[in-house]
Amino acid sequence: MTATTALSAPPAPARPAAGRSPAPAARRRAALHWIAVHAVAIAAALFFILPFVFVFLTSVMSDDQALSGDLWPTEWNWSNYVEVFNTPGFLDWWRNSLMYAGLGTLFTVCSSIPVAYALAKFRFRGRRTAMILVISTMMLPPQVIVIPMYLVWAQQLHLSGSLWPLIIPMAFGDAYSIFLLRQFLLTIPREYLESAKVDGSGEFGTLLRIVIPMAKPGIAAVALFQFFYCWNDYFGPQIYASQNPGAWTLSYGLESFKSAHSVNWNLTMAATLLVMAPVIIVFFFAQKAFVEGVTLTGVKG
Amino acid sequence: MATLTNAPALRRKARRERLRTLGFLSPWLVGFTVFFGYPLIATVYFSFMHYNQIKAPTFVGLRNWRYVLEQMPLFGPAMWNTLWLVVVMVALRVVFGLGIGLLATKVKSGVGFFRTAFYLPYLAPPVAATVAFVFLLNPGTGPVNDILGSIGIHAPNWFNDPAWAKPSLVLLSLWGIGDLMVIFMAALLDVPKEQYEAADLDGAGAFHKFRYVTWPSITPIVMFAVVTGVVQTMQYYTQALVAGKLASGVSIGPGSVIQPGYPDHSTLTVPQLVYSLGFQNFNTGAACVLSLVLFAIAMAVTTLLMRKRAGLLSADD
Repeated sequence: MTATTALSAPPAPARPAAGRSPAPAARRRAALHWIAVHAVAIAAALFFILPFVFVFLTSVMSDDQALSGDLWPTEWNWSNYVEVFNTPGFLDWWRNSLMYAGLGTLFTVCSSIPVAYALAKFRFRGRRTAMILVISTMMLPPQVIVIPMYLVWAQQLHLSGSLWPLIIPMAFGDAYSIFLLRQFLLTIPREYLESAKVDGSGEFGTLLRIVIPMAKPGIAAVALFQFFYCWNDYFGPQIYASQNPGAWTLSYGLESFKSAHSVNWNLTMAATLLVMAPVIIVFFFAQKAFVEGVTLTGVKG
Repeated sequence: MATLTNAPALRRKARRERLRTLGFLSPWLVGFTVFFGYPLIATVYFSFMHYNQIKAPTFVGLRNWRYVLEQMPLFGPAMWNTLWLVVVMVALRVVFGLGIGLLATKVKSGVGFFRTAFYLPYLAPPVAATVAFVFLLNPGTGPVNDILGSIGIHAPNWFNDPAWAKPSLVLLSLWGIGDLMVIFMAALLDVPKEQYEAADLDGAGAFHKFRYVTWPSITPIVMFAVVTGVVQTMQYYTQALVAGKLASGVSIGPGSVIQPGYPDHSTLTVPQLVYSLGFQNFNTGAACVLSLVLFAIAMAVTTLLMRKRAGLLSADD
């Protein structure tokens, strides 16, 4: 897969080797081309990077300066970050986000691996139908089924006001993760599995000893995507946790944070960066798995 | 081998294999039935009921359907906004994503820096990104209008102007183009080099090379990006809701009942309307009707996606 190395170590596009050194005119054209491409790239990079920079600079301004439209802080108020952490509830939101994302990821990975394995490697009647159903549920807006689900969780099981209605379903497979994992497992050659079976390994043993170790990058990608899905989720916590601030997550609480500090853009920007930080830090440690996951869903069958 | 001619043993083996398959599929079978099949049927049931989530539901026939499709004042704007976003946002995302993907394959120096810079915003949590953009584009205190003003450009009011609120959301979504960039980049790097060399020999210019070499090779990926983009945009919720609430400046927390879609319902999408009907007005029947309308449209698009061209299901499935 070409793109696995795309972000970190790109393969240099092969240029046709010139038999002799190029003429000055061609060299000048190449240099102009280089300058043009990099000028556009710098402009694009500014578009993507500057919002982060402005948010950061605002996050260390004083209350007054944050309202002034100034770009550069006159004094660096690192204490804004302390103040954000001391906001009542903020630490609870961290804990809830970690619980939702942590348990959600664990459940999703454990329940999706066997399903993806069966869909990738077993031959059975209805396989295509099952695949179509998986893709359909992956594509459907969550709003389509939320109302009856909410009524069950709230009225029959009395679990609204907590994150459990979001976490428990993840123990029963997640369509997107199943699809992504299956795409990954398709790339494992059948011969490996067959030789394991010849050696007397059962289907479950093969899954544990051969497939999972070989599929580690795919599993890592699924885990990361699921972690960030939960971390970023707003709709789910809004449905189930909104009545109980003690169950809010960071993504959900951030908006109310802004409302509570209605004039303090500096604190809001500090909180915004704190919500973004875990995602971006993890990205730098797991770039490869990310890019693999994105390309896997997008390109190869 | 004896088993090949031994019919009962063969049947036993087939049964064992069926059980094994069912066993491996069981988490999803349960999940699909309980968390998808059941609520879908219940949604259809509630769409024919009057139900306020307090008193028991009563049968009202097609009244909810008539109300939503013919009388509900916000149905038109919500459909229009969603359609607008689907068309404009998806088109611009694909074009811009392709451009950035192309750019990312063309840079020679600082490749790692540029690609990471282009990708990073995609990772920003939607709520955080929206809060940041509402601040950045804030007409009074935001830096963007300040900078534009200082170079003599009269900037719009962005999220506070009904004409500019949706374009502002598009801008926000273009900022998070990283996923498309990676997909397009992978596709572009996969175009066989020999074809470019052949085109070079034929004296093709940059445009002709794109048109006759690059484009045919990446069309499946472009198709994929368009169709998944349409499906995603139909679910567009968080950014529109948060931007509308924050820009309206109402100092109330989540869960509060406000008219969604500030300003002037310009950012009200169908999913927001479902939420508003079901969880703020407690009009369960109407919310379920709207859910089913969304479901029908999503199914139509998904069916399109299943076709081979979009490449989600490969030929051997």
